[in-house]
Parts: sequence; C-alpha cells; structure tokens
Amino acid sequence: MDRRQFLKIAGFSIAGFILDPSLDIRPKGLFANTAKQKITSYIRKWGMAINLDACAKKPGCRACIDACNIVHNVPGLGSPKEEVKWIWKSPYPTVFPEHIHIINREEIKNLPVMVLCNHCDNPPCVKVCPTKATWKREDGIVMMDYHRCIGCRYCMAACPYGARSFNWFDPRLFLKTVYQDFPTRTKGVVEKCNFCEERLIRGLLPACVEVCKENALIFGDLAAIDSDVRKILKQRHSIVRKPHLGTEPKVFYIL
Amino acid sequence: MFKGSREVEARMYDKIKIIAGIIIFLIIMLTPFWYNSLTGKAAYIPQLKIGTDARQCVENTLYMKSNHANLLNKWKESVVREGMRVHKAGDGKLYIISLTGTCLNCHSSKAQFCDRCHDYAGAKPQCWDCHVVPNNAVGRWE
Ligand code: SF4
Ligand code: SF4
Repeated sequence: MDRRQFLKIAGFSIAGFILDPSLDIRPKGLFANTAKQKITSYIRKWGMAINLDACAKKPGCRACIDACNIVHNVPGLGSPKEEVKWIWKSPYPTVFPEHIHIINREEIKNLPVMVLCNHCDNPPCVKVCPTKATWKREDGIVMMDYHRCIGCRYCMAACPYGARSFNWFDPRLFLKTVYQDFPTRTKGVVEKCNFCEERLIRGLLPACVEVCKENALIFGDLAAIDSDVRKILKQRHSIVRKPHLGTEPKVFYIL
Repeated sequence: MFKGSREVEARMYDKIKIIAGIIIFLIIMLTPFWYNSLTGKAAYIPQLKIGTDARQCVENTLYMKSNHANLLNKWKESVVREGMRVHKAGDGKLYIISLTGTCLNCHSSKAQFCDRCHDYAGAKPQCWDCHVVPNNAVGRWE
C-alpha cells in the first residue's frame, strides 16, 4: 500500500465514524445536555408583570430588592460601578427610551422602575456564552451555572438590559448575614436574577413577588390561560423593554 | 591499549566521589521517610468524627469513601442543569440532593469530617467557596 492509498482508506474510515451515529467516538460527558430541561411533563413558561401604578403608591419602597438580596446572598458593595444587582430601580427614561413619547402621565415618567433579568425568550446572553454556563431552560428561565462560568463577561456585553453583574471581589466579604439555603458566589463569576427557580421547585413564589405588599409584581405561568400573570396582561396595556431588539422579554410592564 | 597507572588512579578517585555523592543524595532524599517511620508519623491516619448514628450514607460506605467526589459532581449537574433534585439510592431510598442540606445534615461538623481527610490528603475542594456551611459566621471561611 503506498502513502496515497493509505491516506484514502484512513480518510474514509474516519468519515465513517463521524457519519455513523452508532459509532459515536466524540467524548461523552464533557458537556451536560443543556437543551433538555424537563421539570414536569407539562411545560410552563414563567413570566412576570410589573404594575407601575401599584409600585408608585409607595415611593422609596425597596422591599423586593431587600428580599431578593437576602435570599440569594447578593453582596452590597455600595459602589455603582462594581455593584452586584439582581433586581434594582432605574429611571423611566432609561428603562423605556422608546416609550417616552406615548406616556403623558408625568407621575410615571419620573418614576424609578423595577428592572431585573427579562428571561428573554430569545436571549442574546445565551448565544455568546462559550462554556454554556448560561442557558435557557424549557420553562423559560435563563439560568446560570456558576460552576461553569469562566468570567469572560461576553454575556454582560450581549445583554441589552445590563441585567448581569460580575463579582470583582469575594462576595462573602460584603455580606452582613449569610442566608444558609443558597450558595454565595465567588470572585470572577457573573450572576443575575434566576426567577427564584430554587423557590419555584418548592411551590413558592419568587421572593420579590411574595414580599411586595402592593402586589406590584405578578408572577406566573404564561402558558396557562388562567394564571394571574395572563389575566392581568389581558386586562391591561403592557409594554416590554427594547422590543425592537427581538429578545422577547418575559417581564412585562403594566401602564 | 596501554593505560598509565596515574590515569587508573585518577579514575578510581572519581569513582569514590560519585559513590559518595549518590549516598549523600539518597540520605537526603530518604530522610523524610525515615523521620516519619521513626517518629511513628507514617502510621498516622486521620480520625474522622462521622457525626451521625445512621448506618449508611446515601450509598454504602465503601462506595462513598472512594466515589463521593464523583457523586457530588453528578448531583451538581443534576440539580443545576437538569432541575432534578432527588437522588434515588441503590437501595431505592429517595434523598433530596443538597450538599448543605442532605450531606451536612448528618455530617454536621465539616471541620471534623470533611476537612480532616482533605487536609491529610492535601485535597482542596472548592465546594465551600460558594456553598454555605450551616451555622457558620461570616468571615470564618478560609
Ligand atoms: S435580560 Fe439580559 S441576562 Fe436576562 S435573559 Fe435577557 S439578555 Fe440574558
Ligand atoms: S425573581 Fe427572585 S431572583 Fe429574580 S429579582 Fe425576584 S427575588 Fe430576585
């Protein structure tokens, strides 16, 4: 057999391995199956509605922020540049730059608006993550696997809502109390709101929703016709952030 | 070929130096082993305080001794990536998958159970960088 003949045969055999799925020689177990995410046989689509009027009734209230920070061990760094944010307030014109003209109601225009990860149906942060540390579950929650995050911050650059924060410091140094039921993160990973998936699995509402006395936050299954969130979205006019980007947010704002 | 007696002598002199060098090297190299065997430190194995009266962990003891790291890795993937939070043990029993809940519920002292062996083996698991040891005060983590 000469060299040319050998290369031909070798090439065909390798092609055979690749084409025949029963002879899969690719390494297994290196990456988890990130596409499958069956929580129950019935697939939910979690979503949230934020009622700006209800929120406006209590200026200065930050019950939802505090609740979220406590149950997720979100460190309070105090400096806006290095802050870790899961749910926070932002001025209306910053949140809805494209909706300023349609709002005549001054009280809403000047209102700080609650913002969090939108758990986009078409999340750009997921597309850019090189390690699949962030991915979208079947129930719509855009998840973070802190074990796998390498801190490259592509997702932060990709998210058009600034919903992700980077841990520049060991978060434990900035926690007054440590909530025992949830891990802290480490220096060098990205984090964000997880729609309280650890609470949903126990049949609880997200912490921010549960704690809000004004019922400004309404959470539920967008796939179920009779869910609270679907009902209010049917009754009232709602907008989402930056709809022209096509990220399809699942956090809706009721006007 | 003829060799002068002076050359042979010089070679023998080298031989002595080399052997002496090897012996000194071996003495220095083996000192820690002798030291440990003479002082009885080699026979030391860490004494763990298991912290529970339960007869068996989520799997049998032998399996847990050699495979707990693998099991914890699988648990991590299972909860975080697949949303699956229940472990079905070999004997059919069901357990909630949780490092700080299920594991540390029985093995209540991390210092006397986990750390003693890990320190002895020089293994530094990163679990505790994020996972919270129950009833521990902030700032006590190393
Ligand atoms: S809001 Fe940002 S972080 Fe959240 S899913 Fe959308 S792109 Fe990703
Ligand atoms: S849904 Fe949960 S994680 Fe997200 S902002 Fe609310 S409390 Fe925080």
